[in-house]
Amino acid sequence: MISGNKAKGWLYLLPALLFLGAFMVYPLIDVLIYSFEEGYNSASQTFFGVGTYNYSYVLRDPYFLAALKNTIILVIITVPLSTGFALLISLALNSVRKLKNLFQTVYFLPYVTNTLAVGLVFMILFKKTAYTEGMVNLLINWFGGSSVDFIDGPYWAKMFVLCFYTIWIVLPFKILILTSALASVNEDLYKAAKIDGASGFTIFRKITLPMISPMIFYLVITGFIGAFKAYSDSVALFGTDLNAAGMNTIVGYIYDMLYGNSGGFPSYASAAALILFVIVLTITCINLMISRKNVHY
Amino acid sequence: MKIRFEHLTKIFPNMNKKLPDVVAVNDFDFEIPDGKLIGLLGPSGCGKSTALNIICGLERPTKGRIYFDDDDVTDLPPENRGVGMVFQNYALYPHLTVKENIMFPLRNIKRSERPSEEEMEERVLEAARLVQIEQLMERKPSQMSGGQQQRVAIARALVKGPPVLLLDEPLSNLDARLRLQTREELKRIQTETGITTVFVTHDQEEAMSISDLIVVMKEGAVHQIGHPQDVYDDPRDLFVAKFLGTPPINVFTGEIRNGGLMIGDEEVLRVSGDVRDQKVYIGIRPEGFELSDTGAFTVDMIRVEVMGRDTSVVSRHDAMTGVSIRSIIPSDSGIDRNAKKVRFDLKPHKVDLFDIETEERITCGLMRREG
Ligand SMILES: Nc1ncnc2c1ncn2[C@@H]1O[C@H](COP(=O)(O)OP(=O)(O)OP(=O)(O)O)[C@@H](O)[C@H]1O
Ligand SMILES: [Mg+2]
Repeated sequence: MISGNKAKGWLYLLPALLFLGAFMVYPLIDVLIYSFEEGYNSASQTFFGVGTYNYSYVLRDPYFLAALKNTIILVIITVPLSTGFALLISLALNSVRKLKNLFQTVYFLPYVTNTLAVGLVFMILFKKTAYTEGMVNLLINWFGGSSVDFIDGPYWAKMFVLCFYTIWIVLPFKILILTSALASVNEDLYKAAKIDGASGFTIFRKITLPMISPMIFYLVITGFIGAFKAYSDSVALFGTDLNAAGMNTIVGYIYDMLYGNSGGFPSYASAAALILFVIVLTITCINLMISRKNVHY
Repeated sequence: MKIRFEHLTKIFPNMNKKLPDVVAVNDFDFEIPDGKLIGLLGPSGCGKSTALNIICGLERPTKGRIYFDDDDVTDLPPENRGVGMVFQNYALYPHLTVKENIMFPLRNIKRSERPSEEEMEERVLEAARLVQIEQLMERKPSQMSGGQQQRVAIARALVKGPPVLLLDEPLSNLDARLRLQTREELKRIQTETGITTVFVTHDQEEAMSISDLIVVMKEGAVHQIGHPQDVYDDPRDLFVAKFLGTPPINVFTGEIRNGGLMIGDEEVLRVSGDVRDQKVYIGIRPEGFELSDTGAFTVDMIRVEVMGRDTSVVSRHDAMTGVSIRSIIPSDSGIDRNAKKVRFDLKPHKVDLFDIETEERITCGLMRREG
């Protein structure tokens, strides 16, 4: 009976397993194989030998190192900031009962409007044209500063815009998750805490934060993964030649290695992809370990 | 500590402007004596929770003042009132262990006044012992039964040694047996600690059984305050009479005519005292009936239910206001189950008369008929 049931279970799982195998496991293995094939030629489908040369090439490629640096800066800045802002905004929203629904729509708007529309807003804010230097520069000028070229200018200005943009894009989703997490906390806990003599800040620290901690960790983990995979945001802001702009990301580098002007190197691309995979895996494991310790329930 | 209300009123403005505002607490003006267990009793939505929330400070009254002993605490926020409260659903902190839950109120005491770490541990253990959960200290709330959670909630409310303990329907989530057991325990804890306790329930039996005083509310207003037995025996009005007692009081429409109390054409009792002839509501407690072949009150029998020690006779009468009449008589009264009619004599002290307009009780003497 039991073994019969087990067989049935596997049978039901079969379609899902097949799809997973075809679209996730097979490519992963394929990438793994590519990454160890040295001197692969995509036209003749031949290679010279097997080894770790692809990895050492990628790790010494200045473009890859620049992309790695950009990605890490992006991750370190945007994940904590966007989660922190989202938490602050959600708390504010949660305390204004009547306006909650209205605000939720407003903040969620960027999430449903497409990336290009948001890109347009950013053009208005930051881009120099024949007619204007962008709103932000107007502001800077108004305060007596000199204009900064945010799209073609210094590295820090471009990085600022990229981080700003990334935070903007991810914020609505995080706010949505956190406002619903906050709304689902039992009101009576707050009442009980007040009666137990807790101040507003203590209630936040000892009740609210632990109660929504599973959602916060969810956002941090997915935020890390998402930021490591960033690419399209950079393209939307700085165009396709990211290496020239100095704003490439790891995924951008992988893409360039495959299809870019200097592309046609699936082995290098695969090696870079696996390096990214290992980084993301490590970070996620660390995150999960921390959350095990801190999210109790 | 005694609690005094002075013309305390709470009005919730209605969201829908066309409907009238809700008067959840209407002109509370009485005193809760020190060290007593008070049962706050009334039907659903009558304002019991609101009254409790005003005592602990979670709600602010629209009008009136509230005093703890002689201190006006009306404007004091809940965190500074120092009362203990047990919520209907316990509201334990799910991410904290039992011990941390009970410790929470102590941790919030200002650093300068907070007891030492060892003393806090000691107090937590003491509170846990009082409610007999000292073996469960490391559990999380989700790993405990409803009854255990309720005890943790009580321990948490008691650990600060509050002068006032408030309980909002604390037993309503428990099964019948546990309910009985826990309410005895509550009474024990209250007696042991001597804390002034206000206990909200809509179960009149629960309130009657453990309260020193009961406060009967309806639609925000206090209808009667008194010792449970006194309120049961001398209800001020028809609402209180109907609300107290299981099975409930039987109510008839009747008449006072020439010094006799009439139900239909039968004179069931004699009335003495200064009362005019008038139509009245007649309330008869289920235990106010005596089986008698020559009884003054005749009803149509529906059925007899045997309940062990007692027998319950279900019957009907044209003048009754409910769906049936229920009378409780001793099992050895030898009632004929197949009889169509049953005759009763009434015990005068189990019968109350109420004004047909105001529904207030009419004070007068009642006696059995001569021979
Ligand atoms: N925050 C509020 N806003 C508006 N009306 C309220 C609010 N709280 C309570 N009420 C109203 O006040 C009245 C009394 O409510 P309350 O919760 O005190 O009743 P209760 O006696 O505790 O009832 P139950 O036995 O069902 O718990 C109800 O009519 C309720 O609708
Ligand atoms: Mg209530």
